[in-house]
Amino acid sequence: MSQRKFSKPRQSTVLGPGQGLKISSQKVPKGSSKKKDDDESTEIGEGLDEWAQNKVLLKPTDQLELTEADLKEEFTRVLTANNPHAPQNIVRYNFKERAYKPISMVEQLAVHFSLEGHMLHKDSDEARRQRARVDSTEEIVPAESSLVEFEDAEEQMEATDESLKTDSVEPAEVIEIASKGKKEQKLTNQFNFSERASQTYNNLNRDRASQTKAPPRATFSDSANQWEIYDAYVKEVQLQEKAKEKQKPSAKKEETIQKKIALEYQGDDITRVSKSSKIVERMVNQNIYDDVAQDFKYFEDLSDDFRDQEGTLLPLWKFQYEKAKRLAVTALCWNPRYNDLFAVGHGSYDFLKQTRGMLLLYSMKNPSFPEFAFSTDSGIMCLDIHHEHPYILAAGFYDGNVAIYNLKKPSSQANYKSASSTGKHTDPVWQVRWQKNDMDNNLNFYSVSSDGRVVSWTLIKNELVYTDIIRMTVEGTTSDKPEALQLHVIGCGTSFAFHKQKDHLFLVGTEEGKIHKCSKAYSSHFLETFNAHNMTVDAIRWNPFHLKIFISCSSDWTVKIWDHTFNTPVFTFDLNAAVGDVAWAPYSSTVFAAVTTDGKVHVFDLNINKYEAICIQAVVAKKKTKPTHLEFNPIYPIIVVGDDRGQVTCLKLSPNLRKLPKEKKGQEVQKGPAYEIAKLERLLNLVREPSGAETK
Amino acid sequence: MADADSKKEEADYKRVHSFPLIRQSDMPEEMRMEAMELCVTACEKYSNNNESAAKMIKEAMDKKFGSSWHVVIGEGFGFEITHEVKNLLYLYFGGSLAVCVWKCS
Repeated sequence: MSQRKFSKPRQSTVLGPGQGLKISSQKVPKGSSKKKDDDESTEIGEGLDEWAQNKVLLKPTDQLELTEADLKEEFTRVLTANNPHAPQNIVRYNFKERAYKPISMVEQLAVHFSLEGHMLHKDSDEARRQRARVDSTEEIVPAESSLVEFEDAEEQMEATDESLKTDSVEPAEVIEIASKGKKEQKLTNQFNFSERASQTYNNLNRDRASQTKAPPRATFSDSANQWEIYDAYVKEVQLQEKAKEKQKPSAKKEETIQKKIALEYQGDDITRVSKSSKIVERMVNQNIYDDVAQDFKYFEDLSDDFRDQEGTLLPLWKFQYEKAKRLAVTALCWNPRYNDLFAVGHGSYDFLKQTRGMLLLYSMKNPSFPEFAFSTDSGIMCLDIHHEHPYILAAGFYDGNVAIYNLKKPSSQANYKSASSTGKHTDPVWQVRWQKNDMDNNLNFYSVSSDGRVVSWTLIKNELVYTDIIRMTVEGTTSDKPEALQLHVIGCGTSFAFHKQKDHLFLVGTEEGKIHKCSKAYSSHFLETFNAHNMTVDAIRWNPFHLKIFISCSSDWTVKIWDHTFNTPVFTFDLNAAVGDVAWAPYSSTVFAAVTTDGKVHVFDLNINKYEAICIQAVVAKKKTKPTHLEFNPIYPIIVVGDDRGQVTCLKLSPNLRKLPKEKKGQEVQKGPAYEIAKLERLLNLVREPSGAETK
Repeated sequence: MADADSKKEEADYKRVHSFPLIRQSDMPEEMRMEAMELCVTACEKYSNNNESAAKMIKEAMDKKFGSSWHVVIGEGFGFEITHEVKNLLYLYFGGSLAVCVWKCS
């Protein structure tokens, strides 16, 4: 069904009057004009579709009876667009011309039929209004959704009816409906539809505020006035002055401390724990050698009481170092400051088997491992520790060099060493001895070597400067022979000893058995020469108490005690083996000990026995091992003995060996150097008198 | 003679005691040094006008360490102040002046 406007071409009556008449006759029934047309068309159609329509012609009663001729008469009609009924003579008053004027343009339109359709274009306002209505009704009856389609049509019909009826509905209502209408919804699948969206809870917004603490405050009160200010200043000035006085030493201290700290921090990880590890090492050793330490401190050989005069030696620790196992002990020296520490020089006395050397420092607190260890290319032959600086150590080597070691400086090499250009000895250095500092307060020491020289070494500005003190010849100062015949056969010094009080006076023992009494003042002359021994003089030592007495030992099996003012020995002892070393005891003027190559230590106390040792004891484990050196500890009643296998044995002297002579009852026990001197003097007199009488 | 002596002594005293002497301070080291220098400069610049010196110190301190500094300079005065911790300096200067600098807002 579509909207349709019917407009019929108007019949014009312009053509022929006859026609016009006819038409008019035809036209009389105005309402049937259409019918006639229809009839005509049907008539036309009759001819074509005769078979389909078997109809009887219905004729109006008043139809003109026309003859055949009339019927066949053709009328030509021209159809125009002019309305034949339109008035053609309309006039209107023209105000302009003040006259009636005919109007040429006439309305030609004629409406014959009009039908209002109920189809609406969907975009039209009405359609929209309808839809809005439909939606609202749908909302109201959602249950009837299945009938929607069905009803839609109905509703539309209704709507059109309504809209037709309510064409005059207030516009406000229409607008209301339109605004109520929801937006066009997307149609959903009604059978299988699920909403995807979901809604979560909204977190509540909360306000949070905090307040910081006010910056802390403090109160301060004081009063300022002139006298207070004055007092404060005076006090401050005084303090400053004091500080200035202190500053110099303290600054130095700080520096050294800083240096120390720097050194500590410089070390790697191992050195950082070195201190604690050392403590642990000491603790372990203390536990291991607890019994030995107890013996060292408290054990006194009770059997001495029954032995009357003889004594024994109790072996305590044995010191040995893996790296110095095959090296003979060539030197021993107690540290003058630290009584538990001693230095051991390792080398070899065998001319054919000269190898490297070793300098070790052991502590009695740690017998298992040396505190310090230095490796040397040449064997060490002698050692001496400085009395004022117990960390400075002089050493003489088999190759003739001398060197100074500083234990404070952690280096594996000697700090100062002589060189061939700086007057080193050409033969082994047999002994070194520190001297008092010279006039410029430089450290200096003497050395003696078998090249016949006694050399003084002075440490000036990190350099060892040498001065020859004495050059020895075999014959001393023989000038009788003609010069051509004079053979400068050098005398080989093997040991020396410096007088305790007379700085210039010293003794030199030689390889040929002579002992020269020399002075630092005369370089070419000996004050005196003792024909002491038949073989090498191995050691010479002054008596620590009696200033005139010295002792010497030699490979010719003898130990001799001399008064340096006499040419002949005061005592002579034959020990039946080459004597390696001899030493006075520090506690008594009459006690000395000697080691012999047959492995024994001989301890003498002249006060008890002038002829025989009061203790002869083998101190080495194997028969072949030869003890080489011995040294008394300056404080404790112990000695250390070194042997040619690199072992150092510590021995404790039994009470008899360090016995003070029992005085008669009622008298005080005398002590002190004066008494010691007197004791020895008395003995000397006993010996001397007969001999003195003889010489007289 | 006595007069001359005393004068000489006084001059000596002035000379010897010309340095700043900090009596009380809880400032950090750096700040203290700076404040002290400032006090010395101000007191030397306005040696006969304590007010100007105090003003100078206060303004400079405000600029350097934030506002609300207070400065008292005088030869004799007593005080009890409330100050923000780490912001107090009390020193003597030139043998006769006391300077108190503190911050409190």
